[in-house]
Amino acid sequence: MAIRTIHHLRHHLIHHLKPYHHSCLLLNSSVTPQTTASVLWRSVSHSSSIPETGVGSNLKDSSSKSLSNSSLNQTEVAKFAAIAETWWDYEGPFKPLHLMNPTRVSFIRSTLCRHFRRDPLCHQPFEGLKFIDVGCGGGILSEPLARMGATMTAIDAVDKNIQIARLHAETDPLTSSIEYSCTTAEQMVEEQQKKFDAVISLEVIEHVANPSEFCKSLAALTVPNGATIISTINRSVRSFATAIIAAEYLLNWLPKGTHQWSSFLTPEELVLILNRASISVEEMAGFVYNPLSGEWTLSDDISVNFIAFATKSNK
Amino acid sequence: MRTAFLTLRNRRFVFSSGFIQNTVVRDRLLPRGFCSGSTGEELRSSKSESKTEVDEYDVAIVGGGMVGMALACALSNMPLTKHLKVSIVDSNPALLITDSFKRSSIPDSRVSSVTPATISFFKEIGAWEYVQQQRHAFFSKMQVWDYTGLGYTRYNAKDIGIENLGCVVENKVLLHSLLSCFQSNADLHKSIIPARLSAMSLQSPAPYTKSDLPGTEDNNTRKHSGRLAKLDLSNDSSIYAKLVVGADGGKSRVREIAGLKTTGWSYSQNAIICTVEHDVENDCAWQRFLPSGPIALLPISERFSNIVWTMSHDECLERNSMSPDDFIKSVNHALDFGYGSHPHSSFIDKYIGKVSWFSGQSAYSVKEEFQVPLKVTRLVSERMAFPLSLKHARDYALKRVVLIGDAAHTVHPLAGQGVNLGFGDAFSLSKVIAEGISVGTDIGELSVLKKYEMERKRANMTMMAIVDGFQKAFSVDLGPLNIIRAAGFHGAQYITPLKKNIISYATGEQKWPFFT
Ligand SMILES: Cc1cc2nc3c(=O)[nH]c(=O)nc-3n(C[C@H](O)[C@H](O)[C@H](O)COP(=O)(O)OP(=O)(O)OC[C@H]3O[C@@H](n4cnc5c(N)ncnc54)[C@H](O)[C@@H]3O)c2cc1C
Ligand SMILES: C[S@@+](CC[C@H](N)C(=O)[O-])C[C@H]1O[C@@H](n2cnc3c(N)ncnc32)[C@H](O)[C@@H]1O
Repeated sequence: MAIRTIHHLRHHLIHHLKPYHHSCLLLNSSVTPQTTASVLWRSVSHSSSIPETGVGSNLKDSSSKSLSNSSLNQTEVAKFAAIAETWWDYEGPFKPLHLMNPTRVSFIRSTLCRHFRRDPLCHQPFEGLKFIDVGCGGGILSEPLARMGATMTAIDAVDKNIQIARLHAETDPLTSSIEYSCTTAEQMVEEQQKKFDAVISLEVIEHVANPSEFCKSLAALTVPNGATIISTINRSVRSFATAIIAAEYLLNWLPKGTHQWSSFLTPEELVLILNRASISVEEMAGFVYNPLSGEWTLSDDISVNFIAFATKSNK
Repeated sequence: MRTAFLTLRNRRFVFSSGFIQNTVVRDRLLPRGFCSGSTGEELRSSKSESKTEVDEYDVAIVGGGMVGMALACALSNMPLTKHLKVSIVDSNPALLITDSFKRSSIPDSRVSSVTPATISFFKEIGAWEYVQQQRHAFFSKMQVWDYTGLGYTRYNAKDIGIENLGCVVENKVLLHSLLSCFQSNADLHKSIIPARLSAMSLQSPAPYTKSDLPGTEDNNTRKHSGRLAKLDLSNDSSIYAKLVVGADGGKSRVREIAGLKTTGWSYSQNAIICTVEHDVENDCAWQRFLPSGPIALLPISERFSNIVWTMSHDECLERNSMSPDDFIKSVNHALDFGYGSHPHSSFIDKYIGKVSWFSGQSAYSVKEEFQVPLKVTRLVSERMAFPLSLKHARDYALKRVVLIGDAAHTVHPLAGQGVNLGFGDAFSLSKVIAEGISVGTDIGELSVLKKYEMERKRANMTMMAIVDGFQKAFSVDLGPLNIIRAAGFHGAQYITPLKKNIISYATGEQKWPFFT
């Protein structure tokens, strides 16, 4: 089983991962298919002895919870409820998300423009497309996507987040049409028949109890040939140092205890569990923070923060 | 009123003036009168329709001078920004006049020397063709010297492999070209409001939020609004905008209301500008440093040149009141042998020749002979006098407000950089706004505007320091130090790479002039 998994993954990485070419020149132009694949492959072979346990420990079945909330992790949710007021404080706990936002939006813009064959020079390229932002928080991502023309639905497990998000979106006619509701991906699947052209969930999967179930729900919300975009933090030694120690303890960016390193997924694990949900990852990029300019850029270094663009197979 | 509006609309160009705003005010009052029976929902929809149509903008540019108009043109020209609703607020009657330009007319005395960078910006936004249809003068040579007769430097465009060193254009031609360009791109989303800004509030609640409705006063809505700035205009109307651009010149009202502080000083100097006539054609920009400041003669058309003459207050009073003939005499005196003889290079050549590291090897081959400038024959315009100052805003941006052009910085006109720096601002801000739109940001967000500030502050401060340094070095009589200054000129004349760099900086190619 372990061997099959690795083999499969390797096949997948080599054949399906395209380098991320960014139209705005944010990405280091030296990225080639080889470098992307080899970066991934190095981490795969490095962890070759543990993928089953590594994946397994993260994906353990939480059969004790009711199915509709199977991905909900109550302690995680409580952490976000406690700081909900500060979503739109640019200097507050969510500062890193605000700083990172233009960079991740430009990744989304260019991958989705290509996928849906939209003109990237148009000011509202996503007009007529239905997107859902799962785990939207205060709407930091939902608002830009709405301004870019998408018909937005945005959901979060924390009611307070939804209230803050609604209030903030209301004053701008371009964002006031975002449909916010307090629910989980699983509940959406169960209760509604809605499907979306693109399902986007950024910086959420590391906070859910059951990533595997969560990805299945994302898949169920996606139309055939639709797109899925996920970003998260890698479970690497570097991410432990950067994301947790630096962000939570040294820079005081994030409240202490925001992240639990053991619940992070590696890129290989993410590719794997998405694949099981009939979603194949096509492009991946890393985010690198430059402390001098205070800006994030896209790169082929996926050792800490990374984002994946995937499509749902036409089944 | 309605018909008036439509006629203007048919001209593809909207001048939304007071009367349109008045309609809005009435709309606001009317429903309240007869709507006691109608539902809040009806009230809301009728209100938001009339209002979003009329008085809400993405960008409100206060000041339709050259820089503000350039920004408006750039925004209406780029694919990512052309949908934006832009209004220009300025009561300047020149923005309403669209009469055609007469080539035979005598050139205006307010001119700018535009750099190649400015010209390519104008080409990009489609405004250069209008300049070409009107009047402009390229110059391919530049001669700078001083009254002590010890040094001079002469630049020739062909030495650095370019066609021209610069181009002189009347300010009214630049403004008119930008206006034509704006009108040709304009749709219903673009308008000029002939009024002045009187007050502004940056934290006003959006006009269409729930808080406007009677009985639904909601503190949270107020707290989270501030998504639009409110501008009160001199015609008693108000407009709302996501982003207010202060392009209202050196005495910027936007800067004052926003509380953006400036640093700077005024030079104890004035400048006189005017247009003069001459018999021979002029293809050179001349600048001579006199004891109390430089005098410059810039070609503006075949037979006319522009004078910018910096001097003390007293000299200014005197020269402004003398007869035109006497003034012309003093101009010729100042440009020729007045205050000192022509430069005799041979004296300094001996020293320069000895100090080989100073002259470089290939330097002699590009040496240009000193030329005596042409004689001016007649004063053909009023003499305009104005005080000189250097001023720089410490910050260019707050949330929802940003400064461009002279509102952010004024420099000594010595290097002819004032408006070029402003065009650089307009170009940079338009790009930053487009970038913000491409990632779905609210364009009034500070994070967007700070990018512009970072980019431009560096460029503007570099240029201001250079111009100020030049001015200090050359406007004061340094006595025995004159020889050093002259050697400085000589150095610039002889050392080709350095000269190249100085020229390319002055032509806007944005290079640090001394250390590359
Ligand atoms: C005599 C002189 C000679 C110069 N020579 C040169 C040169 O040779 N080369 C060069 O590059 N630069 C030169 N400069 C500098 C150059 O003219 C300025 O840098 C340039 O005009 C700045 O343009 P602007 O659009 O920022 O401001 P301005 O041209 O000052 O335009 C400001 C506009 O704002 C409007 N306004 C002001 N207040 C309000 C308000 N409250 N509400 C609404 N509208 C308002 C005004 O009506 C005006 O139209 C010279 C300047 C002067 C004064
Ligand atoms: C780090 S925030 C990311 C917010 C937003 N996606 C962004 O990137 O700007 C994680 C969010 O996921 C929400 N969340 C956590 N578990 C969830 C679940 N199972 N279903 C839906 N939302 C969840 C939290 O309430 C929180 O708002």
